Amino acid sequence: MADLIIKPRKGLAALNFGELYAYRDLLYFLAWRNVKVRYKQTAIGAAWAVIQPFMNMIVFSIFFGALAKIPSDGLPYPIFVYAGLLPWTFFSNVIRMAGNSVVEDEKLITKVYFPRLIIPSSVAGVELLDFCIAFIIYVLMMLYYQIPLTVQLLAIPLLLFFMVIAALGIGLILSALTVTYRDFRYVLPFVIQLWLYVSPVIYPVSIVPEAWRPLLALNPMAGIIDAFRSALLGSPFDFPTLIISAIVSVILFIGGVLYFQRLERTFADII
Amino acid sequence: MSTTDPIIEVQHLSKKYSLGKKREMYHTFSGVLVHSARSLSQRLIGRGTSQTREDFWALSDVNFTVQRGEVLGIIGRNGAGKSTLLKILSRITDPTGGQIIMRGRVASLLEVGTGFHPELSGRENIYLSGAVLGMRREEIDQKFQEIVAFAEVEKFLETPIKRYSSGMYMRLAFSVAAHLDPEILLIDEVLAVGDIAFQKKCLGKMENVAQGGRTVIFVSHQLEFLAQLCKRCLLVDKGKIVQDGPSREVISQYVKLVRSTDTMDLRTRKDRQGEGRVRLTQTWVEDMGGNRSNRIISGQDMKIIATYEVQEYYNCTNLAVSFAVLTVHGVVVVDLGTGTITPDFTENVPRRGKIECIIPRVPFNNGEFVYNALLRSARSGNEVEDWVKNAGSFTVEPGDYYRTGHIAGTASLLCIDHTWNILSA
Repeated sequence: MADLIIKPRKGLAALNFGELYAYRDLLYFLAWRNVKVRYKQTAIGAAWAVIQPFMNMIVFSIFFGALAKIPSDGLPYPIFVYAGLLPWTFFSNVIRMAGNSVVEDEKLITKVYFPRLIIPSSVAGVELLDFCIAFIIYVLMMLYYQIPLTVQLLAIPLLLFFMVIAALGIGLILSALTVTYRDFRYVLPFVIQLWLYVSPVIYPVSIVPEAWRPLLALNPMAGIIDAFRSALLGSPFDFPTLIISAIVSVILFIGGVLYFQRLERTFADII
Repeated sequence: MSTTDPIIEVQHLSKKYSLGKKREMYHTFSGVLVHSARSLSQRLIGRGTSQTREDFWALSDVNFTVQRGEVLGIIGRNGAGKSTLLKILSRITDPTGGQIIMRGRVASLLEVGTGFHPELSGRENIYLSGAVLGMRREEIDQKFQEIVAFAEVEKFLETPIKRYSSGMYMRLAFSVAAHLDPEILLIDEVLAVGDIAFQKKCLGKMENVAQGGRTVIFVSHQLEFLAQLCKRCLLVDKGKIVQDGPSREVISQYVKLVRSTDTMDLRTRKDRQGEGRVRLTQTWVEDMGGNRSNRIISGQDMKIIATYEVQEYYNCTNLAVSFAVLTVHGVVVVDLGTGTITPDFTENVPRRGKIECIIPRVPFNNGEFVYNALLRSARSGNEVEDWVKNAGSFTVEPGDYYRTGHIAGTASLLCIDHTWNILSA
């Protein structure tokens, strides 16, 4: 083993993949802890993972679909909105939970060393599990509405990847900021609410004027949600929007990691 | 890398905390805005900003090396910088200057039950805590039975640990930690755990660890423990290493240092055990005239005093108190307790009180003594409420114990009344 040198860290640090790999079991156990703890002493347990997007789907279908008659690219509105809610629920939960995660694990931060990135990352692990549970409902809806399977479904893994890094990028920034400024705890629910309206969850990208779409795509979730829906429902991909959103996701992720690693040095002192 | 290189080299290590900044940063955006507005206005009217930038050097220019297989003790008063040093060594916080070279896998044990979650079962927590402390999953699988057996919690493996008694919790927590297998082990004040039998077991385990060729650094207030386990100690005071040498020399230097402060504040001590419904707050030694002094003359009268407070929620009607007096090397000289020659306090126990133990004609003769303070609440099954080891200390100087007009000899620990006869046999 190489010598370890402990000295003041300055400037930006690259991701230490070797170390993260060495701590992979911890990532697993923390995610597993979050799953276990979350549904402890609840009556219906993991069903909550389904209820959140499902109830949203019903409410949105009634108000935006049936009453406001928002177009849904010719698809039944419930499955249209549910396909958008899947990535959106993941994204909003990750940034909400990751934002608080470091502060909540204060005891770990001040008592033991491990790559701090693991804490917010473990949140993404839990949400990914919830995503999979919620996906089962989607499969049932697909059978009900007789949506055909297409080759576009193969894009899902790639879209999942962008979904995770976009959420994690923002989650990392928020978690580091929350350590210093607890304000973000209060800001976040409000921001998430607004964010929903600039993401094509309840409406299709097609109702946004073409000239405005690049701007919309700066929201990484815009391209990802839209592409998700296309992959699931077999409608054509909007490549320009997707590409912009994917690039923004990568930038957010890299920026988030760098920012987080810069601030993590002071976590134990100021938390 | 050769094996003769020191396993740890600490070079010019320093750590600064900006107290003002820390307080400010903890607050909110608006706090920062107010702060920057204030410092701006101060600058405008020509006043310095020195009040807002309180720098505190927790460590300054610390240098030492540790050899492979060495067991090193670190002692010092509260706030001397011991914990900061340990936090930097265990990479929890960054130093401000200097560097440390570590030539081995490090694990640190800064609290009992790191990573424990109250909602999870004993089994689940073994895995969680093990992983947090740096064990791989296979490693935990392998040692699982051993950990469970050592902690003696076989029957409660599936019970959430929030339902564990504090003793069980401590045993489980310590057991996980005791099974870590690093090359360098850093341990802070976590040894005062569990009941006495379990404590002995832990000490045994610790001794095995120390003799197993592993490098260990202990931070502790338990002087006798350090004297037993470590050949070498560092004395840290005000952020500097003031002595580095054989344990017994460093420990007696430490006792002298502590003695210079007469009243010991126990509220900040973390190495305590018990239910905590009644807590010791301060302790000191005084003469019959009420003068606090840690210098006692043999043959005169003294009082050992401790103050305590009862937690709001607890209705305390019984209090049993004891002060065990030990030599600095851990030999119990005498255990003074209520319930032996006087009853426990069972009437009018104040919520905040001062307990006096009067020792007439002090029989200690010469040397440094420390005492442990123990509070028990008698009605609830004699439960330990608060137990602080090495709560205080005092020095005894030889005096006229025998009332002969001469000072007794200096070579012994105690003076005992006695008479002589010579008979033909």
